[in-house]
Amino acid sequence: MTMERRETDEMRSRDDTESQDNVTTGKQPAPWPEGSRSPNAPDNRPVVCEFNETWYSYDGGEPAVEDVSFKVRQGDFAAILGPNGSGKTTLLRLALGLLKPSNGVVELFGETSARFRDWSRVGYVPQRVEGLGSRFPATVEEIVEHGLYRGFDPLAIFRRHERKEVLDALDLAGISHLRTRAIESLSVGQRQRALIARAIAGEPELLFLDEPVSGVDAVGRDRFHELISSLNKEHGMTVFLISHDIGAVMQGATVCACINRTVVFHGAPHHITGEHLSELYGFPVDVLLHDALHEHR
Amino acid sequence: MPEIFQFDFMIRALIGGSMVAILAPSFGLFIVLRRLSLIADTLSHVALMGVAIGFVTSIYPTFVALIATTSSAAGIEQLRSRGRLPGDAALAVFLYSSLAIAVIVISKSSGFNADLFGYLFGTVLSITDRDLWLIGVLLIVVILFVASFYPELTQSAFDQDLAHVSGVRVTATNLALAVLTGATVTASMRVVGVLMVGALIVIPVLAALRLAHGFRAALVLAVGFGLISVWIGLAVAFYADLAAGGAIVLTTVAMLALAEIVGRLQDRFSSRRGRGAALPTPLSEAKGKDIEPANS
Repeated sequence: MTMERRETDEMRSRDDTESQDNVTTGKQPAPWPEGSRSPNAPDNRPVVCEFNETWYSYDGGEPAVEDVSFKVRQGDFAAILGPNGSGKTTLLRLALGLLKPSNGVVELFGETSARFRDWSRVGYVPQRVEGLGSRFPATVEEIVEHGLYRGFDPLAIFRRHERKEVLDALDLAGISHLRTRAIESLSVGQRQRALIARAIAGEPELLFLDEPVSGVDAVGRDRFHELISSLNKEHGMTVFLISHDIGAVMQGATVCACINRTVVFHGAPHHITGEHLSELYGFPVDVLLHDALHEHR
Repeated sequence: MPEIFQFDFMIRALIGGSMVAILAPSFGLFIVLRRLSLIADTLSHVALMGVAIGFVTSIYPTFVALIATTSSAAGIEQLRSRGRLPGDAALAVFLYSSLAIAVIVISKSSGFNADLFGYLFGTVLSITDRDLWLIGVLLIVVILFVASFYPELTQSAFDQDLAHVSGVRVTATNLALAVLTGATVTASMRVVGVLMVGALIVIPVLAALRLAHGFRAALVLAVGFGLISVWIGLAVAFYADLAAGGAIVLTTVAMLALAEIVGRLQDRFSSRRGRGAALPTPLSEAKGKDIEPANS
């Protein structure tokens, strides 16, 4: 059943964990949303990615990231939200060791990202790929094979394609039928699924995604988010997803960081209020709840 | 036996040309895909500077050119990767500064002699045994490098950040690729000349990219187009008494035109059959739910 309500100041004072589903089905309302943890329970899960008083500025100019501190724990689906130019992608590049922080520390699995070498634990889906658009000749299968890279292998050129891990990853991403297609011949949504398959082929523990559905239509976006949620819930991958599409990512996120150069909000998604979003986007925002999912306008 | 094989200089030209035809596109594929096609042109001008210095100092010009191109390639890559200069600006700086040095050195020497002219436009018909040894050693190094570092090279060509996150040492791979490209340019200039060396590195690759389905296939096709271009070009040059370098380069252009025509025919044929026919399994049997129309 679908019900909507506009959250008002008065309503915000209510127990914000009481979902419409719970009300209509008569179930005992959970004290926190399904999938997230009790705010009072000690969280002993290992930290897989941590920003600690992190600063970064390009070419010594205005800081793109100011004093950002938060942790992502094993099993989290962390959604990093913010408007364009808010430093989201900079944060991701800092986490992946592609940029070095001007100040502070960024750690992956307890090691500074600059020194981190165990990349088999990490998968990455970028917003766009440099090589595409230049008649890149690889097939989907060859691209997914990249995800199995485990260091120098002088005989790799002679190895056969049809490795089980590649086929499994293609199956999981729902693109087994595109295995032999040229990567350049795919639609935007199909390419993103191919990149997901590439990222998960090596069964990483932590999956980074940088606005993976920009340029994908609404139906494609929903299916893509379903896939990410399933990777998190059913396959236990920790997800670090950058997006500016609040409504979509709330479907699966268990923790959320709203960034506008600095952290505006960090916590469970259902705790985000209109005030947080107003601060984030710089104009008044009302929050609409839709089946316990928050949307914004 | 055909007349072309009855002359030692033609045998040497065919051997040298064939080795260069394997060398140049093997690297060219990665250079073109990274949109660095102009690096070959830049390094060929650096090679000209090396040749000019070699003539003036009476040191084997190809050896001086080899040192100049490999060190410049490393310098360009350092400037580019550290973001000190945009990639194309770094190429322009090296191209014009080396050309200026070459012009000054040549003007201070005894003039623009016939040997230097040969380096500019190719001296395939006067390739020496020493040249063949140099190209041969380089060919072995390049084949070993491309075969051994194939995953690193393909990943870096696809996306540098993705390659980094896969654990590829992107900076080292790029540096090695640049240095060996410099060496390849030096070896290739004996066949097609400094002014046209870029063509042998880039054009067979473009033809291959029009037709290839898969990365390994592109590599094989690019080398194949290079070999066919060299063989046809040398034969035409021999029988029609033309400059070999020019004949080889024009043949690569003809190969590109042919690949474009065949590619368009393939596109038309596959669009008539429908995209589904190109798939390994019928769409109706496919597991994926979101079968979207392809953009292209």
